[in-house]
Amino acid sequence: MSYPNDRKYTKEHEWITADGSIGITNHAQDSLGDIVFVELPKPGAEITSGKTFGTVESVKAVSDLYAPVSGTVTAANDALATAPEQVNKDPHGVWMIKIQLKDPSELNALLSAADYEKFVSEEAGH
Amino acid sequence: MKHMTRKATRHISQNEGLIFEKSSPGKAAWKLPALDVPEVDTAKLLGKQEREDLGDMPEVSEIEIIRHFTRLSTWNYAIDLGMYPLGSCTMKYNPRVNEFVARVEGLANGHPYQAEKISQGALRIMKTLSDCLLEITGMDAITLQPAAGAQGELTGLLMVRAYHEAQGNARKKVLIPDSAHGTNPATAATVGYAVENLKSNERGMVDVAALAAQMNEDVAALMVTNPNTLGVFEQEIHKIAELMHAKGGLLYMDGANMNALVAKTRPGDFGVDVMHLNLHKTFSTPHGGGGPGSGPVAVKKILEPFLPTPVVITKPDGTLAFEYNRPQSVGRVRAFYGNFGMFIRALAYIFANGPEGLRQTTEDAVLNANYIRKGLEGVYDLPYSTPSMHEVVFSDKLQSKQGVKTMDLAKRLIDYGFHPYTTAFPLIVPGALMIEPTESEPKEELDLFIEAMKSIAEEVEDDPQYVLDAPHHARITRLDETAAARKPVLRWKREV
Amino acid sequence: MRYLPKSPADRAAMLQAIGIRSVDDLFSPIPAEYRLSRDLAIPRQMAESEIVEWFKQRGKENGEGFASFLGAGAYSHYRPVVIDALVQRGEFLTAYTPYQAEFAQGTLQAIFEFQTMIAELTGMDLANASMYDGSTGAAEAVMMAVRITGRHSAVIARNLHPEYREVLNTYATHQAIPQKLIPFTASGQIDLKQLDQAVDDSTACVLIQSPNFFGTIEDVEAIAGIAHKRGALLIVSIAEAASLGIVEPPRCADIVAMEAQSFGVPLGFGGPYCGVLATKEKFVRQMPGRLAGQTVDKNGKRGFVLTLATREQHIRREKATSNICTNQALVALMVNIFMTVYGKIGLRELAKQNLAKTAYAVEQFGKHAKVLFAGAPRFNEFVVETSEDPYAINSRLLGHKIIGGLPLKKFYPELGHAALWCCTELTTRSMIDTAVGLVAESERSVLSKDAEPEEVAR
Repeated sequence: MSYPNDRKYTKEHEWITADGSIGITNHAQDSLGDIVFVELPKPGAEITSGKTFGTVESVKAVSDLYAPVSGTVTAANDALATAPEQVNKDPHGVWMIKIQLKDPSELNALLSAADYEKFVSEEAGH
Repeated sequence: MKHMTRKATRHISQNEGLIFEKSSPGKAAWKLPALDVPEVDTAKLLGKQEREDLGDMPEVSEIEIIRHFTRLSTWNYAIDLGMYPLGSCTMKYNPRVNEFVARVEGLANGHPYQAEKISQGALRIMKTLSDCLLEITGMDAITLQPAAGAQGELTGLLMVRAYHEAQGNARKKVLIPDSAHGTNPATAATVGYAVENLKSNERGMVDVAALAAQMNEDVAALMVTNPNTLGVFEQEIHKIAELMHAKGGLLYMDGANMNALVAKTRPGDFGVDVMHLNLHKTFSTPHGGGGPGSGPVAVKKILEPFLPTPVVITKPDGTLAFEYNRPQSVGRVRAFYGNFGMFIRALAYIFANGPEGLRQTTEDAVLNANYIRKGLEGVYDLPYSTPSMHEVVFSDKLQSKQGVKTMDLAKRLIDYGFHPYTTAFPLIVPGALMIEPTESEPKEELDLFIEAMKSIAEEVEDDPQYVLDAPHHARITRLDETAAARKPVLRWKREV
Repeated sequence: MRYLPKSPADRAAMLQAIGIRSVDDLFSPIPAEYRLSRDLAIPRQMAESEIVEWFKQRGKENGEGFASFLGAGAYSHYRPVVIDALVQRGEFLTAYTPYQAEFAQGTLQAIFEFQTMIAELTGMDLANASMYDGSTGAAEAVMMAVRITGRHSAVIARNLHPEYREVLNTYATHQAIPQKLIPFTASGQIDLKQLDQAVDDSTACVLIQSPNFFGTIEDVEAIAGIAHKRGALLIVSIAEAASLGIVEPPRCADIVAMEAQSFGVPLGFGGPYCGVLATKEKFVRQMPGRLAGQTVDKNGKRGFVLTLATREQHIRREKATSNICTNQALVALMVNIFMTVYGKIGLRELAKQNLAKTAYAVEQFGKHAKVLFAGAPRFNEFVVETSEDPYAINSRLLGHKIIGGLPLKKFYPELGHAALWCCTELTTRSMIDTAVGLVAESERSVLSKDAEPEEVAR
């Protein structure tokens, strides 16, 4: 699966679009395996760049979700509460939260699709 | 048919539904005695608090109950059936006399609040067990109150914290090696300490130089398991203790692997300040499908004032009593005095062994692990060649080339009539196979196990898919854990 | 040593196979100065007959053959013999935690049935596989409420079992959970007005016990109303599980923290017992402890697994919901079998007998001494206030092989000469009459002393 160019990526394997939708990458869902639960903040919550804002769980592992940028949560994808498998099926199409960005320039510090792809392949090489 | 095994054979087992599916109105397995006092009007006594209906509770007869649970029991593997080589779990024989004496009338029916005058038997058991455990560990004082190992850890760390607070500085963090059991960091967090990881060295031991660099006045304690979860004795444990003590820190030992040490060495002698024991591991109380455990905590003199209340004391007249007035105590971690029934069993085990039996037990446990190590070396990858004590950790490195992982090998072991070893732990060994045979296995059983493991390794080369699909002969094939976690069904409900 | 299955020849052959001369070589990683070169100073090896005899003697020194009126969190109910017949089957007794589900379906299905029955009895959606006991269960419930609400303080009923409160204090010390204690009224029930004032926006939960420590049943609905209107959760601790046979369960609670000892678990001088948490479905992921769940195997056959394990310490480590690792599986199995034996009708009839014995005792005691906390319904415990110190009365009762009620002064100094008595289906009328007779005698002698002129008394 290729990484779409319409968004930015983090080294913790989240993606974010310019309008503030956040999800996890195909690489992330693939290494987690079957996702069984997603824990997300409620609308109104503040998230801080680099800090955790939620978790994703597979049967035998829990991973933290890290905020790519700072902002205020405007929506959480409630459908994931009952159908977390959507993340496995369509990682780049399914957003987890939407935020109001505090400082859109923070996006500039994140990885492009090409950089992220390179990062993932280097990480796998270890 | 793949490789045959001498250990097990396939046989019929009865199907059995849920007890609720057998229930029907009017069946009963109970009969109350005739009432010797007047009947009461429950509506008058309870008013709106009266419960009319108990919902979907079952109604079945006694023979159905006996068959139900007997049939269920036959679906379990157990020590009584054969070797149960779970690493760090110490699945040893659970002597039947332990069960017998735990049911002696005055002990099984003793009420925790009955007067001390008529509780001398229970107090004597607690005192005698305490004395034995102190001698075995080389420590100075003990509490039997914690209900299990994890609660023992909690109690121990609460005492560590209370000690540091009494010194004027609670300190901030606890050091935990990367090979540690998951309860260690979970417990440290519960007590309000930050957890700092300590990397193991290439021999699988605490890296003393790294410890020296990480140790400072912010560190309250180091929690080590010794032998550690690789089954390796921390050969520099005394230096580790000195390092901790030099900066005012304490050394906590997780006694989960004490079965490798009893009567051969004593933690109190090599510098441990506080440790817990698992009576359900080292001292033969039954695991019972996941509990009850019992996790006494033994400490050095400096920590004695902080023991949970009450403690057992001897009065001037020689009788025993509970002492509650202990102002520096960390408090109570459990109602009453702990899992007393487990104290009886552990003490009966110590009596049955005596000093020479305990020593021979430890020697046999270590001998068995090393015999398995020798038998499987080369067949499975041994990530650390450091000498093994009571358990040995292999990895699935060779088999994973065929796409077969430790869990797959474990599931195939079921077909051979053995319970699997511990999989994927410790975390520092990718694809770990952690094997602890305990002293309870005769040579013949160990040989069968080695034979089974070798045979599985051959199957991996010949037909990896067959191993991946295991178990083949269990009552059920692999269960869908993903579905169980996504849409949890945690209770039976009547279909409407 | 009779538990060790090896002959000297076996050991020699194994040493040879390993390639070493002596078993001592295997202990060489232990620095020589720390190797123990002497025998442990513990009792000598004993024969099985000697072990049995030693423990029988201890049993005789431990109130064997005494009839008891003690309750207070540990209850004496009849244990059907099928319980021990079944839990002593090696396949239950000597199995480990059912992590390898294919080889542990017996334990897993039993846990699933246990969870179902506990949920049904407590009026909750679901229950876990068990906790250590009622006291730690209550403490874990409070921490669970803190996680759910994101609030930090707890409001605790003073008529919650005093030792449960002590355990909660220990657990809460380093979790920064400030607590407010709510007093009880003349009915023994929690003071609703004070409760209403105590609960505020920082309250994570209200923790009560019903039937409470004095045996009276709380107005759980009213308490739930107060907690819920400020967004706090209600935790109900149940120490006497047998009450659920006839007392309406706390359906409006958010968490029920129960001690199930009454259901077929021996008194055993205080443990092991069987705590259990039950809750609403929406809170399950914040609940500590093991959970068995239903699923299917590759062929679509029903089976059970431990599930939602990501809440637990072995995966989440320092971020786990609790550090709890073991549960009380074998004790939970006793509870399970007990619930199955009595079932839907038997549990109610059993509870009714407890009510009847208690009502009779209350009436009889009431003729000679003061029964406190009247005016509220009770289950099988009641508080009797005597003129004489109950320790002295109990001392005389022991002469009749009867263990009297628990003097309450230790936990509630203001209750002076009051003691907590308990009657179950095992309490006989003659026991009650004997105890009442001695209490009546005590009252008469105190009264006659009071009536005597001072100089004569000297």
